[in-house]
Amino acid sequence: MSLNSPYLRKPTSVTRVMGEVLLALLPGIAAYVWFFGIGILVQLALATVAALLAEAAFLMLRGRPVTRSLSDLSAVVTAWLIALAFPSIGPWWLVTAGTIFAIIVAKHLYGGLGQNPFNPAMVAYAIMIVAFPALMSQWPGAGRLDAATQLDLILGGARKIDAITSATPLDALRTGLRTEGNTVAALLQGEGFGLFAGHGWEWVAVGFLAGGAYLLARRIITWHIPVAFLGVLGLLSAGGAWASPLNFPGPVFSLFSGAAMLGAFFILTDPVSGATTPRGKLIYAAGAALITWIIRQFGAFPDGVAFATLLMNLCVPLIDMKTQPPVFGHKTKD
Amino acid sequence: MLRKLFKFNGGVKPATNKADSTRDPIKPVPMPPQLVVPLHQHVGGTPHPLVAAGEQVLKGQRIGAADGNVSSAVHAPTSGRVLAIEHRVMAHTSGLTTLSVVIEPDGEDRWIDAQPLPWRSMGADELRDEMRDAGVVGLGGAVFPSHLKLKPGKSGTDTLVINGAECEPFITCDDLLMRERAKQIVRGAEIMQHMLQARRVLIGIEDNKPEAVAAMNQAIAARGASTMEAVAIPTRYPAGGAKQLIRVLTGIEVPHGHRSTDYGVQCFNTGTAYAIADVVDRGRPLISRIVTVAGNVERPGNYEVLFGTPMDHVAALAGVKADTDRFIMGGPMMGFRMPAYDVPVVKATNCILVGSEALFPAPAPEMACIRCGECARACPADLQPFELYWHSRAKNFGKAQEYHLFDCIECGCCAYVCPSHIPLVDYYRFSKSEIWARERQKDAADLARERFELRNERIEREKREKAEKLAAKTAAGRAAATADNAPAPSAEPAAASSDDSKKALIAAAMARAKAQRESAAAQPTLAPNNNIAPATPTATSAEEAPSASSTEKPL
Repeated sequence: MSLNSPYLRKPTSVTRVMGEVLLALLPGIAAYVWFFGIGILVQLALATVAALLAEAAFLMLRGRPVTRSLSDLSAVVTAWLIALAFPSIGPWWLVTAGTIFAIIVAKHLYGGLGQNPFNPAMVAYAIMIVAFPALMSQWPGAGRLDAATQLDLILGGARKIDAITSATPLDALRTGLRTEGNTVAALLQGEGFGLFAGHGWEWVAVGFLAGGAYLLARRIITWHIPVAFLGVLGLLSAGGAWASPLNFPGPVFSLFSGAAMLGAFFILTDPVSGATTPRGKLIYAAGAALITWIIRQFGAFPDGVAFATLLMNLCVPLIDMKTQPPVFGHKTKD
Repeated sequence: MLRKLFKFNGGVKPATNKADSTRDPIKPVPMPPQLVVPLHQHVGGTPHPLVAAGEQVLKGQRIGAADGNVSSAVHAPTSGRVLAIEHRVMAHTSGLTTLSVVIEPDGEDRWIDAQPLPWRSMGADELRDEMRDAGVVGLGGAVFPSHLKLKPGKSGTDTLVINGAECEPFITCDDLLMRERAKQIVRGAEIMQHMLQARRVLIGIEDNKPEAVAAMNQAIAARGASTMEAVAIPTRYPAGGAKQLIRVLTGIEVPHGHRSTDYGVQCFNTGTAYAIADVVDRGRPLISRIVTVAGNVERPGNYEVLFGTPMDHVAALAGVKADTDRFIMGGPMMGFRMPAYDVPVVKATNCILVGSEALFPAPAPEMACIRCGECARACPADLQPFELYWHSRAKNFGKAQEYHLFDCIECGCCAYVCPSHIPLVDYYRFSKSEIWARERQKDAADLARERFELRNERIEREKREKAEKLAAKTAAGRAAATADNAPAPSAEPAAASSDDSKKALIAAAMARAKAQRESAAAQPTLAPNNNIAPATPTATSAEEAPSASSTEKPL
């Protein structure tokens, strides 16, 4: 019996919140499968199993209630984000190792759910792209790999990769601009690019956008982070394209490429590692957009969302502290 | 009449569960075999008993006199015999006892000679004293003595707010009172408006009570009260919080630690307005109130209950179901579980909420906070509850206060929405009581230190005075001796005087030795005293804690 009021509780739970996030990822995943084959499903399965096993093991080691914590689905959300951030034709151990690292080091060594200062999925991505840059940069082209080839790539041994994989649109654009001296307009006409961004990838991004809209409608997330992130990233891209249209892709391409949509609605909005106050969320997401744009335009990595997230995670305590909203009755200084 | 309303942030919309208890009119309660009337039913000093065991009392007779001005009187709810004045369990979660007058009704229910008050011709202070002696306190649940609030603010009072919002689920006592006795509420509001010299009166009622709004409007029209208005406000818990209601009706935000009168607003519950009309028009003190009985009962409803009636006596009328496992005084959001079923109904009892495990199941096990911010969005005080939670959990009370812990009104919205099922309010209650305890401890330690320093000072002073006296004495003796010796006329007196000076010298030596002994004795006892100092006050503060928790905190 609960001893103290309130005796009424809203029927809600962490499991429900995480479940809604997983549900919201489905449209993006569906587009992914449609354009790039079943590789992503295998990766999702691998990551999920790895995450749950690592979580169970560590919960046991830490003497925490295993089934109750496993059923909060937070490990599954981390696993799915890792699978979506990693290339879907990477070897099985790549995503598995990344996931285990995320759960054990980035989550449990910091104290488990709610205590981790960094987004575990992005920690996994950062570690793996530094450790295995080549493997992390091999992506499937839309509609080019059948299921058997993908399975072979993921689960098989030798990889004859260069012939069958491609770079992401962001990577292709960067390489084209820097080493081949092409212009943005010319590159976007090329193979691998679609209606308004990467061929196939643009629809995956639309799927994540739809999922994000669902999360907003269900009040799982607030508008602050997605609007600030996409808004600032769009503005920076528009500014770049306006100043130097030959060298900078426009806002639509930027927003629908790479992990921009995934980041805006699913990664930066991670409540544990993100800012929590309304103003803080705006600053946090705007900062992440700025770092993402800088890394994309001037950095060495194919995408900047992961590093932008981690760098902004570092600033969260300060941002939260400095952006505390005024308390009732304290709005005007007395 | 369309009035511009304001909004407060946050709030929640739990199922109101009010329909069942509003079907029947307010019902009477048969006289219980015994009434246990606690002397302390309000914020402030405990009234002194005015009667003794064995004495006969009349209905409405004062049995407890206000202790100073921050207090209120208590009256016999019916005529009968005082059986005892003793400590009985009070209507408080702690299960502590309080001095209560036990009355055996004689069944005649005979009133004192009650006369209406000529209030328009009475002085303001005189009228306030009448309110105090009639035991009128805030009936919304805070039970703050009303006469203290019936004073115009420094810059006058613009708006008198009558709180008929009643936002807690299940509770309908104000709703029924407004439906059935709107005339007296309007009358009471008029008297209060007169006392406060308020320009206008706004009666705020949640829009899920259209019958009450209609009844109040009708009564206002019948009365021709042109400066009074019943306003339907959106139904959202906690719209009935005084500060939230003031915000909704006037747009004014009264900060924590400030009085609403400083902002030209004063707020009273509808029940209080009704009580004041009773005092003025009929000369009848506050001896009963409307109480909702709801929850795990067959026939939820409202009853007019005499103070001191055991809760189970009232609840039985509504048909308490078999699986009942608790009585809650108040609503499900802010109410308190009672330590027993037969605790008396007091002035703060707006609802006896009968609970069971099925109706109010224990929340799912507490999970980790994921900082989702649901609580911050629900908080009507615009706090960041999860930050308060982290700091409370870490016992980082300074930080908790920095994040405005004491602005928390314990409305329970945060705990209601928390997906991790964290009993957030419990953490804040814990933090607050820890901070209070530490402050008391610090005060006690300060007091002990002060006493210690004063004692040292006194000893020093006494020593000094003794030495001075002695020096004066010896000097006088020497002077006498030399004066005697100089002429040396005869041996006899010289011998005698030298004897005297010898005696004085011996006495001085003895006094010095005594002073030294004393100071030597004082040092070792003082040193350990210094060590004991923090421990002794801890013991006292622990003893005082329970009574303090019931009386001092609400202030």
